[in-house]
Amino acid sequence: MSTTAPTAQAVTPDTLHAARLPRWTSPLVAIGSAAAAVGIGLAAGLHSRVQWGLIAAVLFVIASYVLATAVEGRRQAKDRFATSMIWVTFLLAVIPLASLIWETVERGSKVFSPYFLSHSMGVVADQDPGGGINHAIIGTLQQVALASLIAVPIGLLTAIYLVEYGRGKLAKAVTFFVDVMTGIPSIVAGLFVLSFWILILGFDFSGWAGAMALSILMMPVVVRSTEEMLKLVPNELREASLALGVPKWRTILKVVLPTAIGGITTGVMLAVARIAGETAPVLLLVWVNPFINTNPFDGAQGSLPLYIYQQYAAGSEASYDRAWAAALALIGFIMILNLVARGIARWKAPKTGR
Amino acid sequence: MDIATQTETAPPPPPPATTEQQRASRGATRPGDRIFLGLSRGSGIVLLVIMAAIAAFLTYRAALALSDNTGNFLTTFEWDANAIPPKFGIAVLAFGTVVSSIIALVIAVPVAVGIALFISHYAPRKLAVPIAYVIDLLAAVPSIVYGLWGALVVAPNLTGFYSWLDTVLGWTGIFEYQGGAPRSLMTVGILLAIMILPIITNVSREVFLQAPKMHEEAALALGATRWEVIRMSVLPFGRSGIISASMLGLGRALGETIAVATVLSPTFLISASLLDPGGGTFAQNIASKFNEASEYGRDALIASGLVLFLITLLVNGAARMIIARRKEYSGANA
Repeated sequence: MSTTAPTAQAVTPDTLHAARLPRWTSPLVAIGSAAAAVGIGLAAGLHSRVQWGLIAAVLFVIASYVLATAVEGRRQAKDRFATSMIWVTFLLAVIPLASLIWETVERGSKVFSPYFLSHSMGVVADQDPGGGINHAIIGTLQQVALASLIAVPIGLLTAIYLVEYGRGKLAKAVTFFVDVMTGIPSIVAGLFVLSFWILILGFDFSGWAGAMALSILMMPVVVRSTEEMLKLVPNELREASLALGVPKWRTILKVVLPTAIGGITTGVMLAVARIAGETAPVLLLVWVNPFINTNPFDGAQGSLPLYIYQQYAAGSEASYDRAWAAALALIGFIMILNLVARGIARWKAPKTGR
Repeated sequence: MDIATQTETAPPPPPPATTEQQRASRGATRPGDRIFLGLSRGSGIVLLVIMAAIAAFLTYRAALALSDNTGNFLTTFEWDANAIPPKFGIAVLAFGTVVSSIIALVIAVPVAVGIALFISHYAPRKLAVPIAYVIDLLAAVPSIVYGLWGALVVAPNLTGFYSWLDTVLGWTGIFEYQGGAPRSLMTVGILLAIMILPIITNVSREVFLQAPKMHEEAALALGATRWEVIRMSVLPFGRSGIISASMLGLGRALGETIAVATVLSPTFLISASLLDPGGGTFAQNIASKFNEASEYGRDALIASGLVLFLITLLVNGAARMIIARRKEYSGANA
């Protein structure tokens, strides 16, 4: 009798658990396909490492699909296929970012120095080495500051209107057009200011003209982010304040805004980061000035993104180096703004009651 | 506001006292409140006025340009806006804009949907946040840096790939490549795809996260694999979200200026081959032609900008309407 038990087990297979590939299959297949790709690459004499990577990825996907079909069945195989495709898409997105940051840091650090930050291009011809971005930094900071001075109050008040007062047709229209405004191409904002400020009113190119176009691009971003933050403020706070007889406007100023201030600051800083890198409107409205001009209301100025564009267009080895270094400065500035903004968001996140 | 309306309806009997009471109880009649409401409503109106002014001023200057145009604005294959009888048309620009944006969408949408699914359904919790952050960084990089990178890093590395495409698919005519720097619509499309990836990813991720948990769990309970769960419950739910996300990305791609202007080497010809340099887009043409444009030439550029404005307005408006419509019913699943 004791001998029948093991044979019965062998006859009726375990139906509760379908056959599964062991966990170490995926890494093993990955290593195998990478090795095969290197082999094929060497044999066929392919120089580009990108091609090796592509071959490895294709081999991995095919091998795991075939293995899974053989052992686990079609449905599981499809699932594995989808999983590896989704991993591939993720890697596809990381590669350009890594390459971009790597190239910018490597090529940009060649001429990036305190001298580069503290000198202008006034007496340096585009094809000569030397010179710097001081004039461009001053221009960009002033233009962005002016744009924020216009856009932040309007954006904040609009968001307050939408969240605290807005009902009815006007609010709906504003919401819709704020959304549409986020999609306005920056060059169109530039053309608008060009047409009315420079062509019709006859003013000269200036940092201020650029700032106006930038503020148009900034407003919808500020409105959207502020709106989201104000919506997060718990209603109990408003009701408590109103119940104490505090006027609505004081409730908003003293209760609602302070609660949301962290998120609002984050939103504003992200909006600043976005417009600091805009080239198109600046190209149309600020013109180019290799000298330091500290008055944004009078005459052409420099600007960091514009400087990159112009140095790139100059097309010499020295100007390419400067373009990369300026790109490094610009990316550095924007990344720092981003990091600080996110830090503030985390630090001052509104407590949402629960 | 709610408190005010309640007290308004509360006292039924004395008719003469109501006016007095209404005045006292209604918040908006306090001078501070009235000023504040006025200010905030005013800035909302300012936004609307700006939108209207953009349309109005661009139309006015464009009309000036069009009245003197000796070519056909829609079909002329030339841009001689500075010449004395000016002759210009947007045919080439419209072609280049549409083609490069379509290339960008074809590349970006599948990848973006994949990343969005990765973040919402595949990545381990601890990885999802940093990955979302990486995608946001991709969005934060200024377009001029993309342009510089595209022109000096990406384009030189594409020659090999393009020659390969030429040998394999060259017979179609679309993928013909004669060598030389690949500053072509295809390269622009690839670059634009990278640039619009974040917005498509972010919007579709939001939608995927809203997919009703009940449906997913039901599918899992029936023995579905993860991919089947996604195909049967997440993707059908998120379809309109993906569409509107793609349209938002399309809006970005259509209007991208400086990255295109740095990468593309423009010509005023429509060529079937996407790999050879040439072509142009609305925004790129404005940026490249602006410096040498006469006053009249600027008006002509504004006319082409108006077309771009209207196209992006339509695309973005449609995308937002789709999103808004789905917002109304997705609330029921919360």
